[in-house]
This record gives sequence, C-alpha cells and structure tokens, in this order.
Amino acid sequence: MKRRNICALLLILAVVLALPLAVAAETFPSKPLTYIVCFNPGGESDLTARIQEAPLKKYFGQDVIVSYKIGGGGSVGWSELIQSKPDGYTIAGDNLPHIILQPLTRGNAGYETLDLQQVYMFESTPNILVVRQDSEFKTLQDLLDYAKEHPGVVTAGGSGSSSANELGVIMLNKAAGVKLTYIPFSGSGAATPALLGGHVGALMTYSTMAIRYKDKFRPLAIMSDKRMSVLADVPTFKELGYDLVEGAYRGVAAPPGTPDDRIKYLADTFDKVMKDPEVVKKMDENGFKIEAMGPQEATDFVKKKMAEYKVLMAEMGLIKK
Amino acid sequence: MFNHILMGLTHVFSLENLLLVLAGTVAGMIVGSLPGLTATMAVALLVPFTYTMSPVAGLVTLGAIYMGCIYGGCFSAILINTPGTPSSIGTTFDGYPLAKQGRGEEAIVAATLASAVGGLVGVIALIFLSPPLAEIALRFGPAEYFWVGVFGLTIISSLAAGSFLKGMTGAGLGVLISTIGIAPIGGDVRFTFDIPAMQGGLNLIVMLIGLFCVPELLTLALNGVKNHQALEFKKQKGVLGDTVRKVLSKPGNLIRSSIIGTVVGILPGAGGNIANLVAYNEARRASKHPEKFGTGIIDGVVATEAANNAVVGGGMIPLVTLGIPGAPPDAIIYGVLMLQGLRPGPELFTERADITYTFMLAVGLSAIVMIPVGLYGGRLLSRFVATLSPKYLIPGIGILTIVGSYAIRNNYTDVLLMLIFGVIGFGLRYLGFHGAPIVLGLILGPIMEEGLVQSYLMGQGNAWPYVTLFTSPLSWVLIAFCLMSFFWPYLGHIKRFLRRPTGRKVPFDTDKEE
Repeated sequence: MKRRNICALLLILAVVLALPLAVAAETFPSKPLTYIVCFNPGGESDLTARIQEAPLKKYFGQDVIVSYKIGGGGSVGWSELIQSKPDGYTIAGDNLPHIILQPLTRGNAGYETLDLQQVYMFESTPNILVVRQDSEFKTLQDLLDYAKEHPGVVTAGGSGSSSANELGVIMLNKAAGVKLTYIPFSGSGAATPALLGGHVGALMTYSTMAIRYKDKFRPLAIMSDKRMSVLADVPTFKELGYDLVEGAYRGVAAPPGTPDDRIKYLADTFDKVMKDPEVVKKMDENGFKIEAMGPQEATDFVKKKMAEYKVLMAEMGLIKK
Repeated sequence: MFNHILMGLTHVFSLENLLLVLAGTVAGMIVGSLPGLTATMAVALLVPFTYTMSPVAGLVTLGAIYMGCIYGGCFSAILINTPGTPSSIGTTFDGYPLAKQGRGEEAIVAATLASAVGGLVGVIALIFLSPPLAEIALRFGPAEYFWVGVFGLTIISSLAAGSFLKGMTGAGLGVLISTIGIAPIGGDVRFTFDIPAMQGGLNLIVMLIGLFCVPELLTLALNGVKNHQALEFKKQKGVLGDTVRKVLSKPGNLIRSSIIGTVVGILPGAGGNIANLVAYNEARRASKHPEKFGTGIIDGVVATEAANNAVVGGGMIPLVTLGIPGAPPDAIIYGVLMLQGLRPGPELFTERADITYTFMLAVGLSAIVMIPVGLYGGRLLSRFVATLSPKYLIPGIGILTIVGSYAIRNNYTDVLLMLIFGVIGFGLRYLGFHGAPIVLGLILGPIMEEGLVQSYLMGQGNAWPYVTLFTSPLSWVLIAFCLMSFFWPYLGHIKRFLRRPTGRKVPFDTDKEE
C-alpha cells in the first residue's frame, strides 16, 4: 500500500515537473531572447543589433534584451556564450574573422571557433582602402606606385590587430608586392581622426565608414566581389587586377548543444528580420552588405574561411599552438 | 545661425521637450549616482526607448540623461566616497572630507552650481565654436596622445597628497594593471592566467568600486560600534546662499575648469575621467592655499564638477562637425544619429538645423534644470545618508558595490576582482597609498601604450622609429607642459634656493609645500 502511494506520488510529481518542460517545448519561444553584443556601444555590431531590435521582437514573438559583454575584442562575450544554457534564449552577435583568428593566435581564447553554433550570418562590410579627399593619391595605382618606391613609408590605419582590416593590408602587400605599414587603432571609429588629421596616409576600413565620411574620404578600391550600389563609383580590387575579397562578416551564434529546431526557428526569425523593408533600407544606407546565410550555409562558410586564414596566418608566423 | 537658435528655442520650450529634458535629467542623475552605472551605459540602455520617439525627442532625452548622469556621479562621490561615474573621481578628494565634517550639503550645493556652469560653458562652445574647435581634435595623433598621457601622469604630484614616491608607485601599479588583457595593438595575451574573462582586462569601474568604496565600507564597519553615524550631521542655516556666494566669488576656478573640461572633451579618447583630474590639479596649482586641497575645500569640488559637465558639450563638438565622438557616450549618440538618417557634418547645421539646434539647446537646458532638481533632491539625499545608521548604510552600499561591479559588463569575475581589490585597497590605505594615482595610471596606461606603439610603427620608414614622438610642434608644446607640470611642486624650493641670502642656511624641512 505504502509503496504504491509513493509510486503514485512520484508519478504525479514527474508529471507536474514534466509539464512545464513539455509546454515549453511546444511553445518556443515563451521567454524573452537575450541578444549579447560583444563590442562597444556605437560600433558596427551594436548598430546592427539596434536596427534589428524592433523587428526581431515582432518576428520572434517575445521581448528581446540587448545585453553588452565587452572585452578582449569579443572573446569575453563569446567565451561566456558557450557556457550559457543551450535553450535558444541566449544568442550573441559574432564576427568573422575574429572568431577564427582569436583561437588561432591566442592559444586559449576561451572558446573554439566551432563551439559557436552558427544561427544566421546576416551582413558583411567589405574592406575599403581610403585616403583623404585632398590626398595626392587619386587612384589605387598612384598609391601602390609610391609605396613600391618607398617601402614601409606609407602607413595604413585600421581597426585593431588580427582584424579584417589587418588581413586586407597583409593580402594587398602580398598581392601587389609592396610594403604598407599597418597601424592598428582601437576600433574603426578611432582610426578616422588619424586619417583626417593626416597622421596616417591611408585607412583600410569598412564600407560603412566610407559612407559615413563620404565627403572627407576618397575611396580607392573595395575588397568586395562586385561594386556596392551605395558606392557605385568605387572600383573593386578584382577589377583592378588584384583578386582580393575580404571584410568583416557578422551574424549570430548560439551556445553548443542548442536543439536544431530552435536554431531553425531563430534562423527563420532572422531571415524575416533581414528581409523587412525597413531593415533593408537602413542596412543599405549605412553601407552594410546583406548576406543572408542560414545555419548550415554559415557553418560551411566559417569552415572555408578557417582553412583560408590558417594558411595565411601560418605564413605570417602568427599561429600560437 | 541666430534664426536657427531662435527656432531651436521655440522647439525646446514645447511642453513635450521640456518634460523630456526634466525626466531625462532626473533619470540620469539617479543612474549616475549609482556606482557601476556609467553615463555610457545609461545612454545605451535608453536607446531602445527612443525608437518610438521622433528624432528630436529621442536625441533630447539622450542628451539630458547624459548631462544628468555626469552630474549625478557627485552624490556618491561626496556622500560615500565612491565616484558614481569615473568623471567624479576627483570629487571624492574634497567632497567626502566635507561630508565627514558635516558639510555635505555645502559640497552638494557647490557641485550643483559648478556642474550647471560647466555644462553651460560646454554647450555654448558647442553652439558657437564647433568648427574651429573640432580642428583641434584632428591635430592630436598617436605621438600627441602619448604626451597627453605623460602629462596626465605628472598630475600625481597633486593627487598623492603626501608622498610623491608613494603616488608614483601607485601610478606605476595602475599602468601595469592596465596591461592586463589583450594588448590594444598586436593582440598579445597578457597576464590573463588563462581566465577567459580576464582577456577584457581590469575594468576601471571595478577598480573604482574596489579601491574607493570597499575600503571606506570596511573602515566604517570597524568604527561602526563607536559611531552611530557614518557622517557628521550638522544642521546648517543659510547654507544655500553662503555656498552660492562662495562659489560665485571665485569665477576664475569655475571658468578655468569649464574650459579644461571642454577642451579635454573635444579630444577623442579622453573624457570626463581625465578632465576632472586635470581640472583638480590646475585648481590646486592656481590656489593660494594648495595645502588645503584634499582636506575638504569647496574649490576642489567646484573644479572637478565644472570640468566633467563641460565634457558633455565639448565631446559633442567633434561629433556634430566631423562625426568623431569626443567621449564614449557620444559614440552611442552617433549611432542614434545614424539610425535616424542624420549624418554629422555641415548639413547637420544647415538642412537639419532644426533638429541639431533643438538638441544642443536641450542639452544646455538640462544643465539649468539640474540646479533646482539637484538642490532639492541632492540635499534631501545628503540628509538621508548622513542620518542613516551605519547598520543600514553599510549593507546597503555593500549590495550596491556588488550590483554595480556586475552591471558594468554582466560578468561575475568582475565582482570577484572588485572584492579582491577592495581588500588590497584597504591594506594600501593603511600603508599610506591612495587609490587615485592607481586609477589614474589605469586610465592613462592604454592611452600612452597605444600612442607609443603607433608612433613607433609609423616611424618604420625612419632609421630610428621613435623619432615620430618628437617631430610635431604640438608634441614639443606638450613635452614643455609635462616638464613644467612635473617640476612645478619643486619650483618653490628652487626659487627659495636662488633667493637664499648667502651664509644663512635654510633647513629643508621647513619648506614643505606639497
């Protein structure tokens, strides 16, 4: 009798405990979504999250909390993300090449590239080489000719070390047989006054910055596949004979072990967000190139880039493991 | 331009905008007074709320919050010896001693007036002098920033309050601590002990709470049995009129500090955290009683609070003209401008002048709004804290320190670090080390490091790459400033030495001046 009672009690308990789980499983999402931004407010990642925030709320069906976990060029936020509960309610914006280069060059970055489960890759900002409006360099060729005669003298500022900007300069140096000196700044914003004040000769920056400062910068060439419509008169490096396509890619990732159906729901949500006419308009105006890669496509892309960067970094002798 | 200003005025004085300025300023003051919540965070957190507003209303709210926040930092600085934001570090030096003597209300009244004046000076510069002043921002390159950092370190002689050697040791420690984490240039991993959270380095706010607040709490707790109150409380009559008269009778200090704040604000990368300390140093140097600084002197509070609120307007100067944020909160305001399709530059002053001038005037108005709100609310708060028994005060502030250090980056490691540095700070205090030089080193370390390495890289074309540090005339001026500032405390010795009548010996210990 007694044992049966206990059994019944346990059964009831089990049902009661399982109920919310079952309900939760049926109706994802039933809680607010936490969207971690790993970079300073005001930067590209933050700006993107801000553009997405309102439509994301609408399509996700729950509140969205934008939370900042800043530090280490993103690594602090990403190493926390992979330890978060993989229930689909926590995602973080993630950036290429950062998530590939950090584990490669730092030994222990706190996460591995493939720990970050790719949800959706929504945008890219191609590298663009700019000089001041009043610069003597009118074309890319002018600059490269001068750099060839004066190795190391032409300085090119950019956003941080091991960034897409630095990769762009390294790649250009290799492809054109020149030596531009790369000067890292803490963020693409911090590099701008250095060019405007004439402290560096050029900037390897992102398309977004070329648009922000279009009346002060003279773009020489852009590292995108095709010309961007908002920068229609800027030639691509490809057109000019250098096969260079590089830039920063931004998307969102979830902790490892997040169920596939939730990843899919999140990816579908972001797909709707990125196709929202209002978002498309703002992305365009600000110089972001919409990418729209789903979970599988984004993961494949990350893997492809991993192989590519590994070779490049090995050549530079920058790999630390 | 004047018709733009008039138009802006009519917009600002609409009921909606007036209410937004009032609400924004008050909200900012509350957030600013909580250690751990900075102006940058306050502005960032408020961004989503502005989506539903018109561009003007959104910007007005953000500007008012920013202004209120920088001012609000003085409350905790004065009442619990913890800067509410890094812009109020210097306010603790004299504000807290004043509060301890039962003159907390006096300190708050002075801080309120100074903040309002500083805020207005910054905004006036923003409205009338933006284009020429913005050019200054561009003159500063990596080499110049390196020298700015060195100049900042020379302030130590004034912060150390006692031993110069201990001050320099503290600053050196601060600079060393600033190297923890990923190197700003080169990306090397330094002193992280394989803890991923340490890659972000030690946060300034965490250190502020640890080094300023925790030692004070521990001291309070140790004395708690004896004292019924943390602060002395004297009912003062006519404190408002007296203090106002006292502050306004020395316009030199007010204006000098406001100008320092405006100029530091214009420089990208340097904000209120540096401006308030520079202004404090200069006020002390100009004063007839430099020895009274640090013991509770109104001039000290006036200098720091005028300077930090002047940074608000000053930091917006490169923002609206060149699209370069002068201080961190300006970067967020920049993001909002971009989202609203407002591109900084000349068109902001012509085609979009209605929005721009309304925004700038609203920021100025929020500086004025601070006076009545601060005088009423601030004095009420000071009475409340002063009469509160330590048995409520200590746990209350204790919770704030933990919440504050967590909130800054949503990170538990920061809470742990805050507690560790709290205990270290408590020990250091007994050895005669003050937290201020350490924090100054922490602020200036990255500025100097970046400037130094960037200058070195830029000189790659030269035989001796470091030569770039010495090539620009502006660098020479800054080097001269550094030398002057460094040797200033010893100037008295030198003068006396030169004037000394021959044959008579002057014992050295009688001319202690620092």
